[in-house]
Amino acid sequence: MEVLIVSLLNGLVYGMLLFMLASGLTLIFSMMGVLNFAHASIYMLGAYFAFEVSRWVGFIPALIIAPIACGAIGAAIEIFGLRRVHHNGHIAELLFTFGLVFIIQRGLQMIWGMLPMPYRVPAFLDFPLFVLYGANFPAYRGFMLLISAVMLLSIFLLLKKTRIGLIIQAALTHPQMVSALGHNVPVVFTTVFAGGCLLAGLAGVIGGNYLTTESSMADAMGPIVFVVVVFGGLGSLAGCFIASILMGMIQTFAVVFDVTLGDLLAPFGVNANWDNLLGEIFTVPMARIGPLLPYAMMILILLFRPRGLMGTRDT
Amino acid sequence: MSGSSAKWWIALLLLALLLPWGFYDWAHARHSGFMISMLSQCGMMIIFALSYNMLMGQAGLLSFCHAVFFGIGGYTVAHVLSTIGHGDLAIPMEAVPLFGGLAGLAMAIVFGYMATKQRATAFAMITMGIGELVATASVMFRHFFGGEGGITTDRMIENSVFGLTYSQGIQVYYLIVAWTVIAVMGMYFLTQTPLGRMANACRDNFERAQFVGYDPKIVRFVQFALSGFFAGIGGALYAVTYEIMTFDALSAPLSANALLMAYIGGTTVFAGPILGAVLITVLQSYISLLSNSWLVYVGVLFIAMVTFVPAGLAGIILAHKPIQQAGQMRRLTVPYLRLVIPGVAVVFGFIGMVELLSFLTIGAAQGKKLVLAGSTIDVAAFMPWAVSVACLFGGGVWLRLESRVFNRVWEQVTLEIKAREAVR
Repeated sequence: MEVLIVSLLNGLVYGMLLFMLASGLTLIFSMMGVLNFAHASIYMLGAYFAFEVSRWVGFIPALIIAPIACGAIGAAIEIFGLRRVHHNGHIAELLFTFGLVFIIQRGLQMIWGMLPMPYRVPAFLDFPLFVLYGANFPAYRGFMLLISAVMLLSIFLLLKKTRIGLIIQAALTHPQMVSALGHNVPVVFTTVFAGGCLLAGLAGVIGGNYLTTESSMADAMGPIVFVVVVFGGLGSLAGCFIASILMGMIQTFAVVFDVTLGDLLAPFGVNANWDNLLGEIFTVPMARIGPLLPYAMMILILLFRPRGLMGTRDT
Repeated sequence: MSGSSAKWWIALLLLALLLPWGFYDWAHARHSGFMISMLSQCGMMIIFALSYNMLMGQAGLLSFCHAVFFGIGGYTVAHVLSTIGHGDLAIPMEAVPLFGGLAGLAMAIVFGYMATKQRATAFAMITMGIGELVATASVMFRHFFGGEGGITTDRMIENSVFGLTYSQGIQVYYLIVAWTVIAVMGMYFLTQTPLGRMANACRDNFERAQFVGYDPKIVRFVQFALSGFFAGIGGALYAVTYEIMTFDALSAPLSANALLMAYIGGTTVFAGPILGAVLITVLQSYISLLSNSWLVYVGVLFIAMVTFVPAGLAGIILAHKPIQQAGQMRRLTVPYLRLVIPGVAVVFGFIGMVELLSFLTIGAAQGKKLVLAGSTIDVAAFMPWAVSVACLFGGGVWLRLESRVFNRVWEQVTLEIKAREAVR
């Protein structure tokens, strides 16, 4: 029971972090058709910026400055990069962001070095929030949940209650029609791209010290975020949210349960402890199969339901 | 294949055969190990990049799991070599790479069945999932993949049609050349078959291809499976050369490398990826010795190609063909020469900036010093930075001006050629 609740909370924290990254990517991908490979790199930039800013002026300013810097970088990428290659098609745009991944990763290493950054949870949030079955629940995780909830609420209000939100929503499903109605779609694109990068930066700020701030954090996060976006479906933030939480839970719970397929089959009288290639499938513990599950799920959903969980059109 | 291009292919083959002897150390009667290993690497990368282009260039499919087939081919061959070494199998070395190809084919049939149901972005996403899936699985299943340490093997199986031992790099190199020739010919042959043509058709307009009576899914599937076969051969040669297979040979960075090589070389021309593979491999071999920043350069080169020359290097060369046929090349000489100086300045300035920055941080951590033409450069001083920035921006502005001049001449020449052909 205690394992269940603690894992649920941890899964929720991780899921919300994923959603912060994936929501921006979903908006960008659904609207512009650009599969932004550099999205996780922006997340990494956010963490490094936050580390640098919090070193000089503190964590709270970093929480504001770093995402804005990431948003500005995102706007620059869109205006100076993607618009130029736009006429060559979506694949060219995808490849452009693909090239950015290398540059950002190596550029970060050149500025901050190869070692992980000592980016830590700020002292004023470094205490146990409450004790659950003898295990501390750190206040910082609560803070992460709070920030993600605020972000979720503000995205919701922005999209549902403001004019720009309405245009963005319309452009998600009918981009041609929106431009036909006389809205400046390139500006909307830039706004969305910058907004997505801002959210990714925010995820970097609060995720950088929860996980580790290092130059491989983008590689670790990137594929999972893609899985979430595809799984949730294009054009659907709700689907994206469900997929994020689901992935967060899967990743957390897989680590907790130390069973193998063979153990599960044992009650049925199947003894699957062969020491050969096939038997290995049954003896690998769940904790190590865990990282596989998201990809397997993505492949399955793309095969059988290409529009994802709640998507409005095919990927 | 027209007569003139056959001449080029034969020249290329002769070059590949003779090049190791150009670096032969006559005094010690031995080959340059660095050159042999670089040329061997070129060979397998040529196969790898060309097989990738069967998807990207010829079928319009952007794959992110191509290294899986390369890696599976390599792992299989490593196991096959070990089995032959134990005396449980009797297969000559020359035929061993075929097993890599078959393993790649089998794997590509399984995964291709899933991936090729979709096209465009969905295809790219599925292949990315497959790539991550296999890379993660490879760490899990120790019997086949050997865990994180990988598996080692021994290529001296003493079973050869020509009685070779393959103890020396040069013998392995010629084996690689032979298999590269076979694979390149095979892939070229495929472009001439109805399958190759239909792959092009499905790339350009899959709806019309359907109307002609072909199922684009089947075309994609067969093309995918065959490209896995050739990638497997590339991986087999990798296993034979290095005698070790690790996680690196099937993970995402290598898949990305295939994309970079094919795209930079040019995906619209059959030989484009060969150019890209050789360029990237040679640059990587030399630059990674000198610099920490290889990834930055390759990233910038790639972005520049995507932005300015989507047709790749081969596309640039091909664009000159009509001008060359009309005998107008010399009119481009002066504009080209005028591009060189600002171009060099920009490249110099950029490399300077990157290296200064890199030596300021990573280099300092490794205790290295930036040495240029025998003299150590103080990376913290003002002058080197000022020179680099001046070169980069001054050269950039100048290059822009010169490229306008160049464009004007280029347009004029092409217009004249077109006009002349219209008269004819």
